[in-house]
Amino acid sequence: MLPSYAGPLETTWYYTFRILCGLILVFLIAPILVIIPLSFNAEPYFSFTPGMLSFEPDAFSMRWYEDILNNKQWVHSAKNSIIIAFFATILATTLGTLAALGLSRPEMPYRGIIMGMLISPMIVPLIISAAGMYFFYSEVGLTQTYLGIILAHAALGTPFVVITVTATLTGFDQSLIRAANNLGASPTYTFFKVTMPLITPGMISGGLFAFITSFDEVVAVLFLSGFEQRTIPRQMWAGIREQISPTILAVATILVLISVALLATIELLRRRNDRLRGIV
Amino acid sequence: MSEQVMAAAGGGAVLAADGTPLKERLQKTLRRRKLVAAGLVLPLGAFVFITFMFPIVLMLFRSIDNPVINENMPLTAAILEHWDGQDIPGEEVFAALAADLAQARETKEIGRVATRMNFEYSGVRSVFTSTARKAKNMKAPFKDALIKADEKWGEREMWVTLQRMSKPYTSSQYLAALDMRYDIDNNIVMQDEDRQIYVMIFGRTLWISFLVSALCLLLGYPVAYLLATLPLKYSNLLMIMVLLPFWTSLLVRTTSWIVLLQTNGVLNDIFVWLHLIDDEGRIQMIYNQMGTVIAMTHILLPFMVLPLYSVMKTIPPSYMRAALSLGANPVTAYVRVYAPQTVPGIGAGSLLVFILSIGYYITPALVGGRTGQMISNFIAFHMQKSLNWGLAAALGGILLVGVLILYWAYSKIVGVDNMKLG
Repeated sequence: MLPSYAGPLETTWYYTFRILCGLILVFLIAPILVIIPLSFNAEPYFSFTPGMLSFEPDAFSMRWYEDILNNKQWVHSAKNSIIIAFFATILATTLGTLAALGLSRPEMPYRGIIMGMLISPMIVPLIISAAGMYFFYSEVGLTQTYLGIILAHAALGTPFVVITVTATLTGFDQSLIRAANNLGASPTYTFFKVTMPLITPGMISGGLFAFITSFDEVVAVLFLSGFEQRTIPRQMWAGIREQISPTILAVATILVLISVALLATIELLRRRNDRLRGIV
Repeated sequence: MSEQVMAAAGGGAVLAADGTPLKERLQKTLRRRKLVAAGLVLPLGAFVFITFMFPIVLMLFRSIDNPVINENMPLTAAILEHWDGQDIPGEEVFAALAADLAQARETKEIGRVATRMNFEYSGVRSVFTSTARKAKNMKAPFKDALIKADEKWGEREMWVTLQRMSKPYTSSQYLAALDMRYDIDNNIVMQDEDRQIYVMIFGRTLWISFLVSALCLLLGYPVAYLLATLPLKYSNLLMIMVLLPFWTSLLVRTTSWIVLLQTNGVLNDIFVWLHLIDDEGRIQMIYNQMGTVIAMTHILLPFMVLPLYSVMKTIPPSYMRAALSLGANPVTAYVRVYAPQTVPGIGAGSLLVFILSIGYYITPALVGGRTGQMISNFIAFHMQKSLNWGLAAALGGILLVGVLILYWAYSKIVGVDNMKLG
């Protein structure tokens, strides 16, 4: 905060800095917000019409949203996206959580190298992953199948689960488990009654990361999917490249709202986790 | 118990309750725990290996694998192996070639052979397909018959290329990926000036990644500082402005930039409205390198802010206050006391942004136009359009090695454990 004894130079710098930061935050957020009003454009343009700027009701319409609902392809791709993301998330969360539990044990051998390998799907350029998967999956008959895309997306999503769950487990007091064992609980019972409640927030936020990774992923889908498995991002990709229409902005607006919901969930979980672990 | 202690004091081993030496028991337990830990990691390890790593290794193998000629023209390949590469080979090689061509046409593999050769020596596709059509009815002397069918068979370059391509493994894809090739005497030389492209593209990819990282640092540093120094109540609110883009679909953000930057887009409209530019003088801000850089900076900025923020959060504000009260002016205090402590955050953020941007594909493909295309776009081109999979694999191999080196540096400097996600 600006102290009361600050000189004119300090005051100027203080406000300049604040304005600068404000502009950068506008740069971050404005591009996402600008598409929302444009998606209600009555005209098939990507820009504000004079009517919109003077707030004439006729200049706004829901026609692009109706377009989505009436278009079989969009509805079908929305279903695909949800199905694929759902199964990919379950797979990634289960495998990722188990691995994180193992990695957090002090006696885990070669921890650094293994962790590095498990995180690599997040680091390797998507085009390389997708190309590799394309050749291998077509050899075993997994291209143009839902299973193929689910496996690919699960692999791409696991690093997020591993990272978030290991983060929840750092500082996890191993003596809690010994205490439970001492008091006669079986390992399974200990897991569900002691470990699980502590790592649930990490699991859920990791799962949400995995979900959004799959929900947003297009490169692997471009290589692996057939027409039947088209997802929303794949449909948007085609839309942007071929016939760009404000329908895409309507879809984008819906996706932004989904992100807001996911972000809110993550934030709530993070705060709950901090509170449970006594950080705040 | 006391007897056991006595035994230990007397030189014997300490025993556990069941009579086995304690040391052995402990080792056994530790071994079991190690196995349990490894057992928990194993399912994911196996999954990632099968669905992700193994496919990539297999794909990279294509960059050196060269089976087409070797398998489909076995007779020619076997004889050419011993050819010295100086004079046009003799009748026996031509006879083998005629037989191989006829056979390849029979098995319908001639198309693949011709395509493979054409990648190495452009323009010879038709030489192979047309000669193969006539090969069946050719009679000795085959040398004259083949040269009559196409003059190219009388050229040394054709034979040198065929000899090189008939080996089961090749380095020519990697050479091509680095704008090099073999000349007629099998020396490695640079590609002709007008056919050099990939070194330039790799350079451009590095340049764009560097530019994006630098811009992210420039924009991310003040924001991270503000977030780290504001009271929690406000910083949590502003943090949402950083995290929302992070959670928003990549395609949505790329679409937004198309809407904003295109010549009839929102920004140009504002400029015209402000009379900064004429209606005719609208600025081309997208479908070029500028579009790629702006959109990528926006998309990757949260990856810079988050690590910077988490480092700055750990710097006690009392350090700055101490420096100021000891007489340093604010600039000196900042440069000497605060800034050095943020270096780990700068390193972590910049490396992460650089690693992520170097392999970017979607954004350059949609907003990059011609001058904003990066190496991933060329890999995709060879995967999907030209179908030169060997070259795609070689380009991918080089890109992957670069990324893995950076990743290794990242794990040494930052540690993969310290990766922060929101």
